[in-house]
Amino acid sequence: MKKRILSIILLAGILTTTAFGFTGCNNSESGSSGNGSAGSADKVTITNVSYDPTRELYAAYNEAFKTHWKEKTGQDVEITQSHGGSGKQALEVANGLEADVVTLALEGDVDAVQDAGLIQDGWVDEFDKDSAPYTSTIVFLVRKGNPKNIKDWDDLVKDGVGIITPNPKTSGGARWNYLAAWAYADKLYNGDEAKIQEFIKKLFQNVLVLDSGARGATTTFVENGQGDVLIAWENEAFLSIKDYPDDYEIITPSISILAQPSVAIVDEVVDKRGTREVATEYLNYLYSDEAQKIAGDNYYRPSNEKILKEYSDVFNLDINLVTIDDFGGWDEAQEKHFADGAIFDQIYEK
Amino acid sequence: MQKNKKSSTAVKWLLISVCLVFVFFMLILPLITVITEALRSGWETYQKAITDEYTLKAAGLTIEATVFAVLINTVFGVFASWAISKFHFKGKKLLTTLIDIPVTVSPIIAGLIFLLTFGRQSPIYPWLQDLGLQVVFAIPGIILATVFVTFPFISRELIPVMEAQGTEEEEAAALMGAGGFAIFRKVTFPHIKWALLYGIVLCTARAMGEFGAVSVISGHLRGKTNTLPLHVEILFNEFQYVPAFAVSSLLVIMALIVLIIRSVVEYRGKKT
Amino acid sequence: MNKAKKKVIPGFGLSMGVTLAILSLIVVIPLASLVLFTAQMDFSEIIEVITRKRVLASFYVSFITAVIASLINAVMGVILAWVLVRYDFPFKRLLDGMIELPFALPTAVAGIALIALTADTGAIGSFFGQFGIKIAYTRIGITVALIFIGIPFVVRSVQPVLEKLDYSYEEAAGVLGASKVKIFWKIIFPEIRPAVFTGFGLAFGRCIGEYGSVVFIAGNMPYETEITPLIIMSELQEYDYTSATAIALVMLLFSFAVLFAVNMIQARSTKILKGGNK
Repeated sequence: MKKRILSIILLAGILTTTAFGFTGCNNSESGSSGNGSAGSADKVTITNVSYDPTRELYAAYNEAFKTHWKEKTGQDVEITQSHGGSGKQALEVANGLEADVVTLALEGDVDAVQDAGLIQDGWVDEFDKDSAPYTSTIVFLVRKGNPKNIKDWDDLVKDGVGIITPNPKTSGGARWNYLAAWAYADKLYNGDEAKIQEFIKKLFQNVLVLDSGARGATTTFVENGQGDVLIAWENEAFLSIKDYPDDYEIITPSISILAQPSVAIVDEVVDKRGTREVATEYLNYLYSDEAQKIAGDNYYRPSNEKILKEYSDVFNLDINLVTIDDFGGWDEAQEKHFADGAIFDQIYEK
Repeated sequence: MQKNKKSSTAVKWLLISVCLVFVFFMLILPLITVITEALRSGWETYQKAITDEYTLKAAGLTIEATVFAVLINTVFGVFASWAISKFHFKGKKLLTTLIDIPVTVSPIIAGLIFLLTFGRQSPIYPWLQDLGLQVVFAIPGIILATVFVTFPFISRELIPVMEAQGTEEEEAAALMGAGGFAIFRKVTFPHIKWALLYGIVLCTARAMGEFGAVSVISGHLRGKTNTLPLHVEILFNEFQYVPAFAVSSLLVIMALIVLIIRSVVEYRGKKT
Repeated sequence: MNKAKKKVIPGFGLSMGVTLAILSLIVVIPLASLVLFTAQMDFSEIIEVITRKRVLASFYVSFITAVIASLINAVMGVILAWVLVRYDFPFKRLLDGMIELPFALPTAVAGIALIALTADTGAIGSFFGQFGIKIAYTRIGITVALIFIGIPFVVRSVQPVLEKLDYSYEEAAGVLGASKVKIFWKIIFPEIRPAVFTGFGLAFGRCIGEYGSVVFIAGNMPYETEITPLIIMSELQEYDYTSATAIALVMLLFSFAVLFAVNMIQARSTKILKGGNK
């Protein structure tokens, strides 16, 4: 008898699946893609696809923007965040991840979305300062007391120094690390390419772990205690200091690179969803005094000079910063350094 | 003879201790690590982490994807093993290989193929758009990827049992005039129910924990397309180690419950 | 005879139809799109991509760690299955139930837990560190992670075969004075060999594609600890879809070959199960 009941229950279950399996799928689809009509009168939702180290920044900014938008229009806005490696995020947007705005680590990543036809040409000029509302740079994080006495890039190539940096092949942030080191060697050897490459090679020979992303590298250095120095985003380094004030120090090298994370509106998506207005305001408001201060509080350098000055006790403003233009722009840097078989690959070739 | 007995007892305990040591280091220690790390900052932090709004939403999505994966795979498993074990046809080896292939496909590739098939670069994407279907970076994509990685789990359990049972009983029933579903329910089902249950358990366990494939296709939209394993990764990347382990422990507990249920049901079933 | 069977049992059309429909949607069409995408490249381009030194090195790393991990799992799997089937001891049921845990634990969690254990600061890592053995961020670390995720496969393929195995031959051999070792190799092992191979093949296939747990523990150094799935990921990050799919296709063909071999062996294994049942 028991067996019979059990078998009936199971059979019923199986039959329900055949009936429900696909209709059920459809239901959940219409549920999740119901955002096609995002702009109902009193509530609007937008999606911001960003990269790893901006989590804290946008968590704070989204709250500020919600209040701002409500005051301005009387409408509630809900912002869905997505974070991950910058390149991967760009690729997902190009593949159909419905983002109203992208706020990525590199110009090149936004270009990739543009190449897929989702963003119109000339996005760089759509917002102020090359569409980079905040900037950052690359610094060193060392263990308290700086036991290996690391002061500048040339200390990193010394024997016995263990370096942690993410892999430039998989992490956008790591490309900035690499280029900053290159800029230093370029100055040191007056542009002697062979010597620069030797320097970079030595540096990467001291690398202990090449994590796939910036956050993974920080974890390796901080939680798992690997290495003597972490080459990191300035804001990541400050976050680690905030969490463990007694364990780490930040060292600012003599030369570093000005990293300009780019923001853009994804034209195809906002036109489809009717969210252009709110999306534009979302990015515009990043340049407001309030938002610039939020950036500063989250250890991003505000692009507004006046507000940047207010944070002069936090950031080392004397640092000599090169920009990506010194490398001829992203396309050229990518081709020369990071493409398959390019300089970075040659470093590891045996 | 006496000596032989003694040595075999020694061998027995040697083998058992080898197993226990192996299982302790490879399975139990990682689990203990998860639990102790989760409770590192005390019970309250733990409770807060697992009752967080996004954790609950992620748990809901994980359960949804798991339920669909189990249902679809059960239907498939039963039909496929019926076809494979009760009939002879050409290309059976190829068919079973195709069914098995998801187990050995790298999760990254598993996600990638759905991205290629249903994503924006795919020729059928405009058509899906017209229908208003968002597959990739939405719940259907997550379900598809989950079904893919757990695809063979149920049929793989059923096929050997159904083959071992042979076809005589079904043939007899058919000759007596029973219909297909009646034969399945009365004749075949009693033989396979434990295998089916075991397959469902495996499928559930794996579906809950799938990370790689879902990660490629989810888009990581917080509160929308985040499953529990992805939520763990997100927390980890936010330097929230304790909450990350807390959510992991939630998955461990869910897995343990599933495995315990299976043990109990199987034990009872074998008894009667 | 075969023809007669087909006619007698109903439901071939329906079950085959459902099977093929779901199979196509979930497996065949998506896999075909991978092949189609790769087919946009010239054959020489594909060869160029997959013979890059770094890619070849990653094949080697993935292959060697997967083989070692699966071999260890094969040996431990047989011992575990043997212990679970033949012996009674406290907590046996618990042990039995635990075997599937690696399936249920998300691979990322497994990776994070294992790295916490095996890093210099972790319990296991500091112990081995005394002897100068580094586990985390080396190939040993990758192998450890792969052993973890591959545990269930061999145990669960060998266990049912052992359960069905007839004791009488062993007893006869024992009475005739054969040693335990000899009995195992001459009588038991030939019977479970196909199941061991099946489990080994499945574990190997799973290990070679593993990504989630390995990236945390591997260190990802090119030529040293960089696995093939990571290369695919990095190609994807560079928007190089075609290279990614070309490498993915090689892995896929490899999986397919492994599985086909396993299924050939499985057929033999089933025969034994069948024989034992009657």
